[in-house]
Amino acid sequence: MLSRVADSIYWLNRYVERAENIARFVDVNLNLLLDAPVVMTQQWKPLVMTTGDLALFESRYGEATADNVIHFLTFDEAYPNSILSCLRAARENARSVRETISSEMWEQVNTFYLMVKDASQAQPLAQLPSFFAEVKLASHLFVGVTEATMSHNEGWHFGRMGRLIERADKTARILDVKYFILLPAVNLVGTALDELQWIALLKSASGYEMYRKTERRISPTSVAKFLLLNREFPRSIQFCLLEAERSLCQITGATPGIWQNPAERTLGKLRAELDFTMIEEVIQAGLHEFLDHIQAQLNLVGKEVFETFLTLEPTAEAASHSASQSASHSASHSASLSQTTAAVPD
Amino acid sequence: MQFNQYDPGDFYDELFLAPGQPRPEAASLIERINGLSTLELQQRQQAAQNALFKLGVTFNVYSDNQGTERILPFDIIPRTLSATEWNQLEIGLKQRIEALNLFLGDIYGEQKIVKDGIIPAELVESASGFLKPCIGLKPPRNIWCHITGTDLVRDRDGQWYVLEDNLRCPSGISYVLENRRVMKSTFPQVFNRVNILPVDDYPGQLLETLLHLAPPGLPEPTVVVLTPGMHNSAYFEHSFLAQQMGVELVEGRDLVVADGYLQMRTTRGLKRVDVIYRRIDDEFIDPLAFRPDSRLGIPGLMEVYRAGRLALANAPGTGIADDKVIYAYVPQMIRYYLGEDQLLPNVPTYLCWEPEQLQHVLQNLDKLVVKAAAESGGYGMLVGPHATPAERQEFSKRIQASPRNYIAQPTLCLSRVPTLFDDAAGSRFEGCHVDLRPYILYGKEIYINPGGLTRVALRRGSLVVNSSQGGGSKDTWVVAD
Repeated sequence: MLSRVADSIYWLNRYVERAENIARFVDVNLNLLLDAPVVMTQQWKPLVMTTGDLALFESRYGEATADNVIHFLTFDEAYPNSILSCLRAARENARSVRETISSEMWEQVNTFYLMVKDASQAQPLAQLPSFFAEVKLASHLFVGVTEATMSHNEGWHFGRMGRLIERADKTARILDVKYFILLPAVNLVGTALDELQWIALLKSASGYEMYRKTERRISPTSVAKFLLLNREFPRSIQFCLLEAERSLCQITGATPGIWQNPAERTLGKLRAELDFTMIEEVIQAGLHEFLDHIQAQLNLVGKEVFETFLTLEPTAEAASHSASQSASHSASHSASLSQTTAAVPD
Repeated sequence: MQFNQYDPGDFYDELFLAPGQPRPEAASLIERINGLSTLELQQRQQAAQNALFKLGVTFNVYSDNQGTERILPFDIIPRTLSATEWNQLEIGLKQRIEALNLFLGDIYGEQKIVKDGIIPAELVESASGFLKPCIGLKPPRNIWCHITGTDLVRDRDGQWYVLEDNLRCPSGISYVLENRRVMKSTFPQVFNRVNILPVDDYPGQLLETLLHLAPPGLPEPTVVVLTPGMHNSAYFEHSFLAQQMGVELVEGRDLVVADGYLQMRTTRGLKRVDVIYRRIDDEFIDPLAFRPDSRLGIPGLMEVYRAGRLALANAPGTGIADDKVIYAYVPQMIRYYLGEDQLLPNVPTYLCWEPEQLQHVLQNLDKLVVKAAAESGGYGMLVGPHATPAERQEFSKRIQASPRNYIAQPTLCLSRVPTLFDDAAGSRFEGCHVDLRPYILYGKEIYINPGGLTRVALRRGSLVVNSSQGGGSKDTWVVAD
């Protein structure tokens, strides 16, 4: 299939998944605040830290108030990772491959985008919880429609790989924020409030119920183990890696464990590392450092997927032509198409 | 809803011979509509519009970065044509396309028609669509204009005329196919009772036309549709045709010239492309051969084309025949190349570069339509009878400043079709002016999709059917006798 088309399907899925995860972060924090003692200052800054865009936020908004953070993460059109911007990018990518994806997928992305856009114009804060629920549902619908209406061909596997890499990255970030940012309040460790925060963390990954079935008691180490190493829970990092690797092997025809290109090697290596890692080792060496390592490797996988499948430089002459394309591509993470002059007679 | 209030007036009406007297090919349709209540008809109109929106039969609105898409307004009262009349049109169109194709081969080849004094050399060289780099090209199987969308109009007396040829990248066929799909669910009973010629074979015919051009000896040639990208106003159609033919939709940045072939970048490396259905104007297709500022094209593509390792539909250079001065010579072309008389006439055309005709045009500006030779889509036009004296004066200056660039034609009174209106004044049928754009494919043989796109001027009394100026569309039924 065309590299550009594969790239668009990959990013279409990443953006939908990203929007869903942002909705999860915000939603859980809103819930958490309802339970928190009134005296406690609102914890909105960690949410922005999750995104890795704290500097940008502070330069634009200053103080991390609830309103500022929610607006930044949901409806800020100038912030490329807000829910609204993600949906716009997802829709643009979908529109550029309408002849390849199913029309049901297109309709779902389109409806999803219009729903978020309408909400951005109304935005009464009281209705926000239902809005975030709708975003999650719309994302699940998109995944379901994709599963049920698109051939499970190469393009489908590219999309699935994009979704799983994005999800693994977001789970790593959210775990990191709780562990690294919230934990240092030493006097709170083991208190009821601390437990509430861990429950909130699990809930933001829809993992609370599934966690209870496997680990029972809430403990920081067990939560980290569940979200990092569980092989069955669909939002755990290891699950995402296993399935992403399966899709990658379907695309290339490779056998897991035998790599032929850098993307297979990096992804396989990371997956194997988690296969044989115990949570105690991770905690001892530092969870934050380990999560940093995972995120860096995931970024590398993304880069190598792009270089292996999505850019091709056949001749020196052509290289100069398309080098700018790939640069603009990776910079904007979307099919940024140049505005074209009209070339069709009326 | 009854047609008994409908008055065809002093126009050629496509559905009615006289008040209350439908043409034979429209009789079943009129009977059916008369049997529906006003509410039922309104509901069907609404359902049809909704269906088109859901199908995504949309065009993009320029200057709107919110990704707004609109549907072309659609009216559920179709235009009917008897098969007998259609056959006449078909024969006339085939003759015309054949002559135009020979003309293109000649004008970029030996230029016999110029040497024999039929068309002056300076007119050819000054035509806006004449591309010097195309001189000497030998397109596969000597076909230049593979896809044409000729604009036809019918005057008050029922006579058909060719208004424009549109040999570059005519759009609109997706509306024909989707309008028909919607109409089948709007009037299923009529489709059951009347033999309406189907249009659905167009994508298959188009694919065959394109495959016919592939370099010989390839077991499975790769055909692609080349689009300027999703910001183009006709992007839906590009995407739709690629999907219907089951071929890749590519942009310039997906393609590269490597090892002497045109190749596309796929996830499994480069893959050779054999035939391109281009929906980019020829001047943008290769910055090395034509406009160097084109970011849509593929550097080196024309070299591959010249070497016979790639086919392009339409061939570059066809735009010369869209020049309205060249258009005026089609009757002479038909006589010169085919030794026949023209079957489907041009609109009588005055050429301003000829001093005598120029005088006539300037003296009769209040009766004529003046058009710029290189424009299309209703731009650069003066409709004399509707213009103010100041506007006519302005045009008179422009014409005298560059007579080569203007032609004039008598003001035709376009035929009308009843159209459903539903506003503050109530529900009613009103006659609206229409034109007709049949789609012609030149492959192994010449194929014409039965009917074509009927564009309708929805503003009261307007003669302009272009979508940018309040035009809409109707389904076109060719009804077997």
